[in-house]
Amino acid sequence: MDLSAINPILFIAGFLVAATPLIFAAIGELVVEKSGTLNLGVEGMMITGAICGFATAVETGSPLLGFAAAATGGALLSLLFAFLTQITLANQVASGLALTLFGLGLSALLGQSYVGIKPPRLPDINFGPLADIPVIGPILFTHDIILYLGFALVAATWAVLKFTRLGLILRAVGESHDAAHALGYKVVRIRTLAIMFGGACAGLGGAYISLIRVPQWTEGMTAGIGWIALALVVFASWKPWRLLLGAYLFGGITQLQLNLQGAGVAIPVEYLAMSPYLITIIVLVILSRDKSAAPACLGRTFHASS
Amino acid sequence: MIRLEKRPQPSRAFSLATPLLAVVATMVFGGLLFAALGKDPLVAIKTIFWDPLFGEFSFFYRPQLLIKGAPLVLIAIGLSLGFKAGIWNIGAEGQYIMGALFGAGVGLALYPLEGFYIFPLMVLAGALGGWIWAMIPALLKVKFGTNEILVSLMLVYVAEQFLASMSLGLLKNPEGFGFPGSRNLQQYESAFNADLIEGTGMHWGVVAAMIAVIFAYVLLTKHRLGFAIRVTGEAPRAAKFSGVNPARLVLFCLGMSGLLAGLAGMFEVSGPAGQVTIDFNVGYGFTAIIVAFLGRLHPIGILLAGLLMALTYIGGDIAQSQLGLPAAAIQVFQGMLLFFLLALDVFTQYRLRFGRQEVA
Repeated sequence: MDLSAINPILFIAGFLVAATPLIFAAIGELVVEKSGTLNLGVEGMMITGAICGFATAVETGSPLLGFAAAATGGALLSLLFAFLTQITLANQVASGLALTLFGLGLSALLGQSYVGIKPPRLPDINFGPLADIPVIGPILFTHDIILYLGFALVAATWAVLKFTRLGLILRAVGESHDAAHALGYKVVRIRTLAIMFGGACAGLGGAYISLIRVPQWTEGMTAGIGWIALALVVFASWKPWRLLLGAYLFGGITQLQLNLQGAGVAIPVEYLAMSPYLITIIVLVILSRDKSAAPACLGRTFHASS
Repeated sequence: MIRLEKRPQPSRAFSLATPLLAVVATMVFGGLLFAALGKDPLVAIKTIFWDPLFGEFSFFYRPQLLIKGAPLVLIAIGLSLGFKAGIWNIGAEGQYIMGALFGAGVGLALYPLEGFYIFPLMVLAGALGGWIWAMIPALLKVKFGTNEILVSLMLVYVAEQFLASMSLGLLKNPEGFGFPGSRNLQQYESAFNADLIEGTGMHWGVVAAMIAVIFAYVLLTKHRLGFAIRVTGEAPRAAKFSGVNPARLVLFCLGMSGLLAGLAGMFEVSGPAGQVTIDFNVGYGFTAIIVAFLGRLHPIGILLAGLLMALTYIGGDIAQSQLGLPAAAIQVFQGMLLFFLLALDVFTQYRLRFGRQEVA
């Protein structure tokens, strides 16, 4: 075992990359849950985004177009969930599961001819001399634009939820859909838009895995990150900044176990690979005592007549 | 102007018709999907739904129906108990793996001993493995209020890694020339879950599935616990007043579904699969979720739904080899089925009203 093989600067830069898919997926789900809907289909939307983005990037040669396609793909798939839960008033847990099962199949179908291909690379932003600052430079200023977008998205979500009318309406719908309806807000429309936003974010997160983090396409490559994102929203008590913190924590653990695998630690690879999932469970246990932060209407079906 | 109006009573007719309508809708849209993939949709549908039962080689495929249906029914029966009460175990895949590992582990530990007691011991171990794995989310939910959906699902990934570790390490066949995977239990007479009647596909897992169906039926219709499950799902507040103990219900529902999933894994590894390998699990634990809903969470319904879903697996395999239909297309097909089912289910509780809404 050779722990000195782990370069702390590369490690930190690496875990920022590992955390980004989680940030996208989780911030999208946070908005969805704030509007009072529980979408368990994050994994399905992520993997669909991953292949939509990958295929588009390979065909057009443009990673940015790939990301746009990933967001579109994720949002389109989430519309299915919106239709089931908002129009036909189906059970949200079952519909979310259906979305994940369907998304995993759909992505495998779409991705058949893309196995083993390398996608075009998204260049890092050129910060000029900033990147040459010792320690901070390589950690903060050697990334692609999408990583910074993820960070900006968290800040924007926080600001919108806290300071704007839009955020207030969204939270009102999530806290009491009957009251929001009585005030004349279109509950179904607002929730559908929130669900689509969540789908687009999950799609972006998925594409970040297939285009930048790995970068390759393999079936089922999201490997539960969508589910960890769901846990992360609970972990963060539906607060954007805590979510960012949590994503870095999980990114750090993922990166650490990968580095330990590389460094040849005496623990078998399989047990290291279990660690992100086990830690998710432990964190959920520690933090699930306090549920007061959850939106009051989370998971409840809204029908205007009732 | 079309709107939904809540029915005073859920429609019994629609409750029964929805699964059938969903199957028809899935065939239509699945056919369109197959056409988009460049296959003749009618031939594809016939290959999937007709050939395994009545085609030229049906003598070979019919036993497969039982082999593939048994684990689906076993797992789905367990899941349905929890789903009815709003307790969501979606980690049956992990419990299935642990059952298989425990069961096979006991068998392999006793190798090359022969004895009538070996197989029953393996059955017990398999049930125990699945039960233990399901008790983790159950106990965490009861003690700390942790979300059982996320915990049970996380444990699937843990179990998959554990399976990889076992088939490369502890359970690896010492005479396997270094290949991953355990000894083949089919060649170990006392541990082999063989066909009870040669060539029918009728192994102990099928018997267990039948017993589970009857057990669940009696439980839900005749037993106090079944009443507790139903009332908790339909009216949680009423359940509280009628003295239902929610913690005990969580432990029972998750434990029972884990136990049955573990049994399914054990019967699979000791019979049709034969050995522990890295990719031993094929997603029965997830497909069983579809089976449970398609069967309307009713034991008899699940039995029929399990057979139908087994048919799509077998037909899918045939379509894959004969028509070159990708395996993923069948997965999409199965996912579609659940979508249509959930969407059409709205008509059980609501009916459509045309015309403008009058102001009361």
